[in-house]
Amino acid sequence: MSARSEILARVRAALADNPAVHRVPREYRQHSRDAGTAELVEMFGERLAEYTARVHRAAPEHSPAGITAEVLRARGARSAVVARGLPARWRPTTASITLVDDAGLDIDELDHTDAAVTGCAVAIAETGTLVLDAGADQGRRAISLIPDHHVCVVRTDQIVGTVAEALAALDPLRPLTFVSGPSATSDIELDRVEGVHGPRHLDVIVTPVEC
Amino acid sequence: MSTAFLGMPELPGGHGNLRGAQEFPHAARQALGNRQLRDNLAHATGAIRAKRSAVVDEVPDWEELRAAGSAVKADTLARLPDLLEQLESAVQARGGVVHWARDAEEANRIVTELAAQRDAREVVKVKSMATQEIGLDAALDAAGITATETDLAELIVQLDDDRPSHILVPAIHRNRREIAEIFAEHMRDDQGRPLTDPGDDPAALTEAARRYLREKFLRTPVAISGANFAVAETGTLCVVESEGNGRMCLTLPDTLITVMGIEKVVPTWRDLEIFLQLLPRSSTGERMNPYTSMWSGVHGEGGTPDGPREFHLVLLDNGRTRALSDEVGRQALHCIRCSACLNVCPVYSRTGGHAYGSTYPGPIGAILSPLLTGMDAGDTNASLPFASTLCGACYDVCPVKIDIPSVLVHLRGQATRSGHRTERTTMRLLAWLMSSAGRFTAAQRLMRLGRFGARNGRFRRLPPPLSGWTDHRDLPAPPRRTFRQWWAARRHRDGGGTR
Repeated sequence: MSARSEILARVRAALADNPAVHRVPREYRQHSRDAGTAELVEMFGERLAEYTARVHRAAPEHSPAGITAEVLRARGARSAVVARGLPARWRPTTASITLVDDAGLDIDELDHTDAAVTGCAVAIAETGTLVLDAGADQGRRAISLIPDHHVCVVRTDQIVGTVAEALAALDPLRPLTFVSGPSATSDIELDRVEGVHGPRHLDVIVTPVEC
Repeated sequence: MSTAFLGMPELPGGHGNLRGAQEFPHAARQALGNRQLRDNLAHATGAIRAKRSAVVDEVPDWEELRAAGSAVKADTLARLPDLLEQLESAVQARGGVVHWARDAEEANRIVTELAAQRDAREVVKVKSMATQEIGLDAALDAAGITATETDLAELIVQLDDDRPSHILVPAIHRNRREIAEIFAEHMRDDQGRPLTDPGDDPAALTEAARRYLREKFLRTPVAISGANFAVAETGTLCVVESEGNGRMCLTLPDTLITVMGIEKVVPTWRDLEIFLQLLPRSSTGERMNPYTSMWSGVHGEGGTPDGPREFHLVLLDNGRTRALSDEVGRQALHCIRCSACLNVCPVYSRTGGHAYGSTYPGPIGAILSPLLTGMDAGDTNASLPFASTLCGACYDVCPVKIDIPSVLVHLRGQATRSGHRTERTTMRLLAWLMSSAGRFTAAQRLMRLGRFGARNGRFRRLPPPLSGWTDHRDLPAPPRRTFRQWWAARRHRDGGGTR
């Protein structure tokens, strides 16, 4: 008998007492407030900052590109990789930063790039989480992983309250990465240390919808 | 009682790193003699308990989430055959290959062959309980393939040729000074020179691990992971982590092999909204862990791959069907490996994880390990259900409401029936005595004779086999007069009336 048939036969034998199929009580909160409300945006920023991510608010009169350039410069980045679909209004345009469109860069090229600038698919206020789904403004997963500095632009209307709302907005068939702060470990005496293998620096720029 | 259905042979138990060489009381006694270990554990479990309660208390619907999580798991187990077949087709439909492994040996063989066929001399690993359980690193090593653990704590344990002692923080038994010594001794470059002398600051030690592993992440073509969840309807796999070592392993290599216990499947995508809230808060005491990765088969658009070009999923039994056949014990398979029960356990927080012998320590290990392996006569795992005070703290914190105390009591019954001959004989004798008023009175009268061996109303030492009791505590001597005698005398004095 193949391992597959044998394991399935074992499972059926183990369930010979026909345990009841349970209805799942979903009485937990599904929604909090409407996406993008001021309270949610505030909470998202606060909670993300608690993970030592740096959160920047772009006022409507500021261009996000200007903030992106400032944030990159502040960490000493001289090159940044972006997906081809990253909107022009988010792309830093200063001469001091070389912007590289990802056309299948190899691992070494990414390793020699200082930063990555991406958008996101959705963001969760209650947990301070960004979710990337390899969309056109984000690109493949390696882009936001290998460079040591990740800059993520979030539109306020992408900020939802709960984990349940975020999952409802996502397509499970896309590759998904949930990011809550820079990489961290607590493996030595439960002391939290930020910056392990993922990007050691995370800057998040929250922009109004029209930007 | 619960394992013996009509005509059903007992299902085979699991193999691998599921039992220790010693019974729990002996192993625990050694651990308790280690002052450093007790200090490290007290510090770490105390810190994580405080973090957990802060982030759990702020969730207004925590109890509703627990109820939902528990129900999803019970529902999953009841429909497991269908869900496994559904998961298999969903993964295959998205370009993945599914393998089935009856036990540890078969899983190790599958993974080793896959790695060897790709000419891998080295593989990188994401921390995974399932691969610890089956002893995959040793099996790969025997085939000439070096497996590097990339989680910081797992790396500490691997470099020191030690065993993990906690589900979440495998090196919880080590402090920073001990870890600095391990790094200084074992982290070597190609020429065998010490890679670094980072001192004992956790940030410096972490930086050393980053440098040590970076090249391996960027160059190694095969990665091996476990899975926290797998969604049957979509074929989506999920790994929850903190350091980014998971993302590295799941994204950069050409081939990804995931080994997953069959109980990790959940029916729907929506079910993850429950577990992604329960797990991080219960486990690391964070609102959300830094990174969670999800993938469904193989990804990539327009000829540009995103992540591995090959994905293999190994579905592992290794005793899980045996545990499932136990009507009371099967709830242990609800476990999402958060380790909250370890941190609140008065036994674990003093003895640490090694005393339990198995990959799964603490309260959940005390039920899961014997359920996976069975408890034949002389099995060290038969001592695990007794490694508890039954205080119930583990049940209170369990995010999927596993009633660990009830399962412990249930397994104690099984262990007593299958082993512990003295206890079984004693219990039979007591049952015979207590089932007749005459015999019980006679026995109590006889017990009074025992008063002569006592000093100050206590026995300090009894002869074997009763010495098992007096080794750890004394025993009050039988009273001069039993309650029934006192009651009879009192009624007599009051005139025999009933009140």
